[in-house]
Amino acid sequence: MRRSLLFIPGNNPAMLQNADVFESDAVIIDLEDAVSISEKDSARNLVKNFLNSYRLPIEVIIRINGMDTDFYQADLEAIVSNNIDTILLPKANPRDLIKLDQILSKIEQKNGLTKKIGVIPIIELASSILDVREIATSPRVNGLLLGAEDLSSDLEVSRTLAGDEIFYARSMIAISCRAYNIDAIDTPFTDVRNEEGLLADSQKARGLGMNAKACIHPNQIDIVNKIFSPSKEQIEQALRILKAFENAQKEGKGVFSLDGKMVDKPIIERAKKTIDKAKRFGLI
Amino acid sequence: MKIGTCGSVESNDCLITVKESSGITIHLESIVKEYFGKQIIKVIEDTLKELNITDVEVTCIDKGALDYTIRARLITAIERMNKNA
Repeated sequence: MRRSLLFIPGNNPAMLQNADVFESDAVIIDLEDAVSISEKDSARNLVKNFLNSYRLPIEVIIRINGMDTDFYQADLEAIVSNNIDTILLPKANPRDLIKLDQILSKIEQKNGLTKKIGVIPIIELASSILDVREIATSPRVNGLLLGAEDLSSDLEVSRTLAGDEIFYARSMIAISCRAYNIDAIDTPFTDVRNEEGLLADSQKARGLGMNAKACIHPNQIDIVNKIFSPSKEQIEQALRILKAFENAQKEGKGVFSLDGKMVDKPIIERAKKTIDKAKRFGLI
Repeated sequence: MKIGTCGSVESNDCLITVKESSGITIHLESIVKEYFGKQIIKVIEDTLKELNITDVEVTCIDKGALDYTIRARLITAIERMNKNA
């Protein structure tokens, strides 16, 4: 369960060293787009040595280079260890996810890992939208991240502030993730100076069923955490519903009412999820 | 002559250049040399020892890099030097 995931360039020591000082739920250390082709080797060695020296108290995700490049195997060999939690795979497709699972299993066995590395595929191709259910149920997958910039390029459409061009992709990802109980992670908002735009974009994503959002600047984390956390009022109401449910059970009632409104199973389940989230994020 | 270089002169980083040489020579330029010069030299020496490198000249221009950065930049510089063979 995540709300905010902060991208950090993999070849920048100053930023790596500050990776955990902001309040994101996860950090995505980037070996792909944030690193020039001539510096792939140095970024790999820097990230490996950084992670061997410092244990981050949050989820560590590594965005490797795509499996259509010459770099991904060296990335995996260098950084798969007990120091990381998850691989973020660009331009994901079902065939590559099966191959990635096999490679990870071999490295885990060879290096004696005590954990199983998770995978978050990036949905950033039109074909990935069509394959999204298969991708969501691929081995190790515990979330999907929408990559709207590359997806828009693939669709040959312009990105807009309103985001109409990614409405279907957001909905498809959100529905698939809910169906398979994994995280639906929204695309980053790329104008780091536009707080109002970020707020509106996050609200729109949440309204469609996304439960987290990637961030490309530390300044975005507070807004994203706020939007993707249950509000104080929602938590209080969930607690009231669960208390009333507990009382109804004692009295042997299947259905009961609260504030004049009928409370049934879906409402109780939603209240439980709200409380789970509130506990997970330290809000109660 | 085989040469390899890695890093930058940005804050918290270091720029390391290695040249094939006879024996080990280390040149250090650092904004914190007075306080951490010995530690930086030790990180370079320990990393070379781990890599079984006995003949190299290392120049490190340090801008406040932590040990892991010095180590990583040196390893990459050596790898690049060997690729330039």
